[in-house]
Amino acid sequence: MVGGLVLLSLILITFSFRASSTGTLHQVESAGVTVLRPFEVAAERVARPFRDVYGYFRGLVHAKQQNGRLRLQVNELRQQALQGKSAQEQNREFRAQLHFIDSPLFPRDYSPVNTRIISWSGEFDQQVVIAAGSDQGIKEDTPIVTQDGLVGRVTDVTGSAAHVTLLTDESSAVPARDQKTGATGLVRHGEGEGSLLLDYVPKESDVREGDVIVTAGTQSKRYPSLFPGAIPIGVVTSVGQSDTALYKQIQINPYVDFSGLDPVTALITHKRSPKVP
Amino acid sequence: MLFLVVVIQLSVIANVDILSGHPNLLLVTVVCVSLLRGAVFGAVAGFSAGLLADTGVFGTLGFTALLLTLAGYWTGRYGETTGRDRAHAPLLSIAVITVLYQISALVLRYLLGQAAPAHHIFVALLPTVLLNLILTVPVYALTRRLLRPREWVTREVRLLG
Repeated sequence: MVGGLVLLSLILITFSFRASSTGTLHQVESAGVTVLRPFEVAAERVARPFRDVYGYFRGLVHAKQQNGRLRLQVNELRQQALQGKSAQEQNREFRAQLHFIDSPLFPRDYSPVNTRIISWSGEFDQQVVIAAGSDQGIKEDTPIVTQDGLVGRVTDVTGSAAHVTLLTDESSAVPARDQKTGATGLVRHGEGEGSLLLDYVPKESDVREGDVIVTAGTQSKRYPSLFPGAIPIGVVTSVGQSDTALYKQIQINPYVDFSGLDPVTALITHKRSPKVP
Repeated sequence: MLFLVVVIQLSVIANVDILSGHPNLLLVTVVCVSLLRGAVFGAVAGFSAGLLADTGVFGTLGFTALLLTLAGYWTGRYGETTGRDRAHAPLLSIAVITVLYQISALVLRYLLGQAAPAHHIFVALLPTVLLNLILTVPVYALTRRLLRPREWVTREVRLLG
């Protein structure tokens, strides 16, 4: 009996590992998710007040030291915002004059689908399930954000739910650039839980502590990015380089608090991305 | 009961992170059920709950089911033999099974070519064991109320000769 269950588990693992994302096993999984979804939504609603209280007290610990730093940042950003606004106006005028054709731009060409997280994968994976799926227009590779920045992308979808792989997962990699200097690289998971690295940035590139890192969008026509450009990712906390390494070692502190995600927004665009001929 | 536990584990507890430890209510419940009801019942309970959990997170089907089947079976065997009358049996089982579960999951993930962050798991092992031990006390009491412990057959041994 027990041997049979173990064997069945091994068969399931094998099939699940080899199955395509549209096969019978995927349909079984979809049915399971659909059955569990209302219960998970209910449990999440019941647990929300308790989680909020826990999050509130946890946030208080860091609030005081953040306050001073953020005040300085606000002044600096206010000036930058004014400069940015006028540059944006100019940019719009120039584009209109040139009849410029562009790929979908964030946030203008995207419509948001706001949803909540209904379940979390265990400690091994940085993945979550959200309570919206293809019925709401979500597809595979749809970017997921919060008001703070980039969260991840959809890696599997059913009618009523979608599986999101977070930016902090080992399998995630996002083309990104330094907003100030334009240096580009690839954002990947870092050593610590919830930390990120900006990898493959050449040594001669200029990246400094405090620089803001945003998604780069498509940089090479051979490798179109899944994410639109200019979505905030995080701020550079340290920059290092050694004689033997080919690239800079850049640590990023993400804007998004991955341990307290909710609600999240799926970015849906109806504008077609240019396809490489 | 296991259905409810799976739902709570996936939507509430899976996101709890205390001192890098992640409590596993599902594992604790399967272990408690197995101690009270024996190896076969524990294995079936572990398999069903694991399969449901795998489905709920778009995980590799059979992954959690396999680990929980083995956890349920071994705990059940321990409950049927040496651990049946011992007050510390639930706590001891949870401590041992949590360590074995975490290491087995790590090895299995490595074999499947998935992310297997060994450093992170070993750092989180002690807090995870402690959190699971804390959960064991109320969960075992509740499970004991819901499932009456199986009455083990006392076999009379008669010496011949």
